[in-house]
Amino acid sequence: MGPRVGVVTFPGSLDDRDALRAVRLAGAEPIPLWHGDKWLDNVVAVVLPGGFSYGDYLRCGAIARFSPAMESIIDGAKHGMPVLGICNGFQVLCEAHLLPGALIRNDHRKFVCRDQRLRIENTSSAWTTGYAAGQEILVPLKNGEGGYVADQHTLDELEGEGRVVARYVGDNPNGSYRAIAGISNAAGNVVGLMPHPEHAVEALTGPSTDGLTFFTSVLQQLVAR
Amino acid sequence: MPRVVVDVVMKPEILDPQGQAILGALGRLGIEGVSAVRQGKHFELEVAEGVSDETITKLADTLLANPVIEEFTIRR
Repeated sequence: MGPRVGVVTFPGSLDDRDALRAVRLAGAEPIPLWHGDKWLDNVVAVVLPGGFSYGDYLRCGAIARFSPAMESIIDGAKHGMPVLGICNGFQVLCEAHLLPGALIRNDHRKFVCRDQRLRIENTSSAWTTGYAAGQEILVPLKNGEGGYVADQHTLDELEGEGRVVARYVGDNPNGSYRAIAGISNAAGNVVGLMPHPEHAVEALTGPSTDGLTFFTSVLQQLVAR
Repeated sequence: MPRVVVDVVMKPEILDPQGQAILGALGRLGIEGVSAVRQGKHFELEVAEGVSDETITKLADTLLANPVIEEFTIRR
């Protein structure tokens, strides 16, 4: 079995199963984690899946951020553990201040669900080394509160340091500033992404298999260590 | 037990799509003269005597509001 990669289930998570499946298809050992457990079961990387943790009460991700599992994940992330937050997971990472900015309601006020073209702009993060710089990929996007916002200074800093991991190609689906679909922290081990690579890992169920590279990328990092 | 009220609203520079939707509905209601709506959250906390302003501020700043996009006011 490959490296142990955990996927956290919060009350209200939806995409934990698909994330576990993506981890398995990439060749790692998928480890289900429970939000209420501080113990991370010796995983070496963590995926925070999409969904509506704690019913999106208060703000998306605001309550999940204080769960026992997140305590350990925040600590691990600060020590270099790879963490990928997808959709609600991205919101949790912003609420936990592991990533700058915030995600707000789509500017057009409707839930958006479609296959979305993205451009991968950072190929040095723990989760994107397998992509070619500028590579365009097609993965599902589904969110009601996916508008990425941050102040000008933060946006300039993200761009200047090459921390915009992925950008929307074509129409901006949710009003994200500068069409940002995903970002990383300064160290590159923490990545947040609004679209769903875990739904694009098999031809039978996804619009492409473009998303699998997020999971194989981290695997290569972990094996190379 | 004293009651503390915390009101949270989006910062002025952050788009508030819900406020805009309400504004649109006001127009359909035939009400004129309202030019902007900002939607926020209102929290009522029952707190023990002696809970300091500092504690309430910390609580508002870390949980009730996200300071990246929101502002809050505290009333005792």
